[in-house]
Amino acid sequence: MFWTEFCKADLLLTTVVFLPLAGVLLLLVVPSRSHGTLRWLALAVMLAGFAVSLRLLDGFEAGNGGMQFTVKVPWIERYGICYHLGVDGISLFLVLLTTFLGPVVVLSTWTAITNKVKSFMILLLLLQCGMLGAFVSLDMVLFYIFWEVMLIPMYLLIGVWGHEGRIYAAVKFVLYTMLGSLLMLVGFIYLFRVGGSTDLLVLYGKQIPVKAQYLLFLSFALAFAIKVPMFPFHTWLPDAHVEAPTAGSVLLAAVLLKMGTYGFLRFAMPLFPVASEYFSPYICVLAVIGIIYGALVAMVQPDLKKLVAYSSISHLGFVMLGLYALGSGGSGGGIYGISGGIYQMLNHGISTGALFLIVGILYERRHTRLIENFGGLSARVPVLAFFFMVATLSSIGLPGLNGFVGEFLILLGVYGGPHSGFVFFAASGVVLSAVYMLWMFRRVMFGRIVHPENETMRDLGFREVLVLLPLTVMMFVMGLFPGIFLQRIQPAVEKFIEDYQEKTAAVQQAGPLTDPLAGVSFDRESSE
Amino acid sequence: MQEAFIRWIVLFPLLGAGLIAALGRRLPRAAVGILACSTVGASFAAGLAGYFRLADLAGQVHPAAAVLTDHFYTWMALGRLNVGVSFILDPLSSAMVLMVAGVSFLIHVYSMGYMAHDKSYWRYFSYLNLFVFFMLLLITADSLPLMFIGWEGVGLCSYLLIGFWFEDPEKAYAGKKAFIVNRVGDFGFLLGIILLFWSLGTVDFAGITSLAPDKLAVGGTWVTLITLLLFLGATGKSAQIPLYVWLPDAMAGPTPVSALIHAATMVTAGVYMIVRLNVLYLMAPVSMAVVAAVGVLTAIYAASIGLVQNDIKKVLAYSTISQLGYMFLAVGVGAFSAGIFHLVTHAFFKALLFLCAGSVIHAMGGRQDIREMGGLRTKLPATYWTFLIATVTIAGLPPFSGFFSKDEILWQAFGGAKGHWLLWLTGFLAAGMTAFYMFRLLFLTFFGRCRADHETSARIHESPKVMTVPLVILAVLSALGGYWGVPEVLGGAARLHHWLAPVLGNENGTFRFEAPHYSHAVEYLFMALSVAVAAGGIYAAWVFYLRRPETAGSLAGRLRICYQVLLNKYYVDEIYNIFIVQPVKLGSTYLLWKLFDVSLVDGAVNLTGRTVRGLGRLAARLQNGYAQVYAISFLLGVALVLGSLLW
Repeated sequence: MFWTEFCKADLLLTTVVFLPLAGVLLLLVVPSRSHGTLRWLALAVMLAGFAVSLRLLDGFEAGNGGMQFTVKVPWIERYGICYHLGVDGISLFLVLLTTFLGPVVVLSTWTAITNKVKSFMILLLLLQCGMLGAFVSLDMVLFYIFWEVMLIPMYLLIGVWGHEGRIYAAVKFVLYTMLGSLLMLVGFIYLFRVGGSTDLLVLYGKQIPVKAQYLLFLSFALAFAIKVPMFPFHTWLPDAHVEAPTAGSVLLAAVLLKMGTYGFLRFAMPLFPVASEYFSPYICVLAVIGIIYGALVAMVQPDLKKLVAYSSISHLGFVMLGLYALGSGGSGGGIYGISGGIYQMLNHGISTGALFLIVGILYERRHTRLIENFGGLSARVPVLAFFFMVATLSSIGLPGLNGFVGEFLILLGVYGGPHSGFVFFAASGVVLSAVYMLWMFRRVMFGRIVHPENETMRDLGFREVLVLLPLTVMMFVMGLFPGIFLQRIQPAVEKFIEDYQEKTAAVQQAGPLTDPLAGVSFDRESSE
Repeated sequence: MQEAFIRWIVLFPLLGAGLIAALGRRLPRAAVGILACSTVGASFAAGLAGYFRLADLAGQVHPAAAVLTDHFYTWMALGRLNVGVSFILDPLSSAMVLMVAGVSFLIHVYSMGYMAHDKSYWRYFSYLNLFVFFMLLLITADSLPLMFIGWEGVGLCSYLLIGFWFEDPEKAYAGKKAFIVNRVGDFGFLLGIILLFWSLGTVDFAGITSLAPDKLAVGGTWVTLITLLLFLGATGKSAQIPLYVWLPDAMAGPTPVSALIHAATMVTAGVYMIVRLNVLYLMAPVSMAVVAAVGVLTAIYAASIGLVQNDIKKVLAYSTISQLGYMFLAVGVGAFSAGIFHLVTHAFFKALLFLCAGSVIHAMGGRQDIREMGGLRTKLPATYWTFLIATVTIAGLPPFSGFFSKDEILWQAFGGAKGHWLLWLTGFLAAGMTAFYMFRLLFLTFFGRCRADHETSARIHESPKVMTVPLVILAVLSALGGYWGVPEVLGGAARLHHWLAPVLGNENGTFRFEAPHYSHAVEYLFMALSVAVAAGGIYAAWVFYLRRPETAGSLAGRLRICYQVLLNKYYVDEIYNIFIVQPVKLGSTYLLWKLFDVSLVDGAVNLTGRTVRGLGRLAARLQNGYAQVYAISFLLGVALVLGSLLW
């Protein structure tokens, strides 16, 4: 039954998601000593995955705000659980970002990973499958499975191929994320009870009982906030980043963190708009603290990777603030804030991905990440200096590069949203990012060479240029031609806002909200 | 009117920058230099074509019809926001384009000589072309966000060129400082754009100019806030109080860069932006007053520091800050065309001064301390004569251009619609100081006896033609550039004033302000006063540094505290360091990172982990493998359950 239905459906999304898994099967038969074959095979699978995913971009209707390339096949029929996939303007580019980074990441491990190459590549492919699946799942059970699938490979990548403190970091990562996952699981079960379905699109069409929304929102929001990570749930991130191998850091920053912000957009906000509205001031406050706090702490880090990790906290704070530029009434900030937030997710993936790759390249040469061990490199490695400079400028939001478009739209949205005053605090992040990034850049690349080991540093090889070039090209493309992306993102965001405001308006008309948590009951009768 | 060639004014230098970056390593030096010069020359030619087209339109149709636009492509479009990569050439931007492209061209030519022996020749010209691209983009942008690309882009090039010799840590530091201080200003600029969007629904200049008078209240909170935020951006880019601190340090860059970026073009962007948005500023009297006050205070403040500096470039740097202050004074009192007039003449004479300084430094083998110079008049004749013309011009002696432009500003500061005698008096005193410090510089450098050591002085030689010819051209422009703006009261045509009138809200009839009426006699009196104060400054410099050279030292000894304060630039860098930089660094390290993150949050997380593990160990004790213990606990359990049921 499942298979006959399945074969009749549109297979494109399924291929995109499960191609890496097919690659895993291929890799399993390769002997673990033939490192070359394993690397090339993994690269080929990732490239194929990217090529296939480009057909999504090709076939995507730009003006359509709904789900496209949908597949819906009944799976566990007793509970109405379906194998339900689809992409819209919100998830399209996140999927493409993931497939785009796949080959880049494999290529970056060429010489960095020499130990247990087979397991490493298999885990990378599994992780890829999990991430892609999570972005396109439209059924909560399916989403949860993919969400957990991501967790294990990342845990192993950090724990096995990481640096000195890898065990502590890996355990911390799992504990934090597990805490979130379990909360989300409880939330799913409760949501199934009150909503009567696991299908996201069905749930979108319903108004979840207002009283249930608050607890549900809290459980989801906490799970996603840990993943983002929002202040003060962020302390797993610096450790995980510092200890993870380069490839792990790149995927962690570029894609996994986006699961948090994507989760807000896909689940927490549209499913529980009334609660989301109620908690929005608190979330904005945490986002703004994250922006400033992340930047200030990044500024004083002696370790390059930690610096980039804390900068992520700051950047993701921007994203969250942008998403919450959405207001219940007729305020017009949402379209800019949310589109900007989605854009900034992509930007952060590209820029921070590039920065982690560069730190990895430096680490391979000098086996250190401490800023004080560098200095004066620019004269020795001009090509690396060029890529590093562009990535730095992209990260600090220089207009003309990608980061600016996202930041500008977010700030524009925040001011037009319900909490406009935050824009003044958020914009200070623009100043601070220049401070910590340029200060770091000067100490690493400029000045005289003080450590003789740096005298003989090699410039980028051909493979390393191939790793950094695609990301750098994307920084320019996204900075100069944002229309390519925005015109596909916009209709989905408009639809999102329309639904959100309709649902919140319906509740507000029914009467003002009193204490939201009073009278919350877990009893099915009273909540329905 | 749509004219597709406008984009080429901007794109030629970008093409040059790209070509040189890609091929520069393989091309011979001459080819790199000529390529860089010709792309800027091409921009100038296109700008000239645009200028004639505008003049035609203005003459044949209507002055207000003199606007050329060029829509290249749509950059950001979302909701109501629609920002194109579109260019506009109107009287204001065409005047700026000609000045920027022209001066840039001369400085490019000069650089071929100045940088001839540098190992990174191609990198230099690539950056310099890139700078011209961003500067022209800033000028011809038709909307604020597009202008912001140019605005930050010139900052980036400034950063790269200040730190051009990045192996010297101090130079790299100066570059970073410039970028970051500018970012503080950009914080305001960005917020200004955002507030403007939400109050008008548009961010392009045509829309702002037409909608603002209807949608915003004159003197209202919104327009005041927006204009003040944008002015914060201007204080960063144009080095005004309180964000001027980066410019003196920016002198670490190659001298032609100081001439081009940190004197003639980039630093005037703030003035240009305010004139571009003059309609908004005219609606915000409070902001206008702030602009004028900050401008005139910066003018006198920087001039006072310039009095005692010993580095030839530092004197010129403080002079630039001071002269920029005059431009802000002008726009602050609503004399926009006077501000642009001074902007253009200043570009000529200050670029000239810097290039002469470069020629001197070149001759002195890299030395910049004027206490080691002296007597260069005979050894560097071309440099001396051109420097003399520039010095007389900046001091404000007629009939050189600086007299006309500065005098118009001072007159407007007193007698204009928004003038005030205090503004005039401060500007007037600063003018006296200007004459003094410039002639001090001239006398110490070119007159007296040579104080350099024997080795250096033996090698002093005049610069090659490729450097002196641009000097001569700029000297001619400095001397005669005033022709553009000779006021009507002196029988001139005030050409620049009439050319700009259509884009100025207080000239084209959008707003009317009544200026107090003064007779010509009063105007003549103020002119005489301007000349007198300049002459007084020159006389004092002559007494101090030529006639009785010992007086300067003894005066400095008697006013020791004053002298030290001035020499150390009022200790502002130190104050910023103690009250802003260090607290932020220390607070972030110890309070936020070590205390909050590591001790509190992580401490709590680790404590949770340890508690769970501890409880687990405790529970594990029960599973000790002794059957009798299990049996007892089983029995106890049964007893408990039974007991509770029977109770």
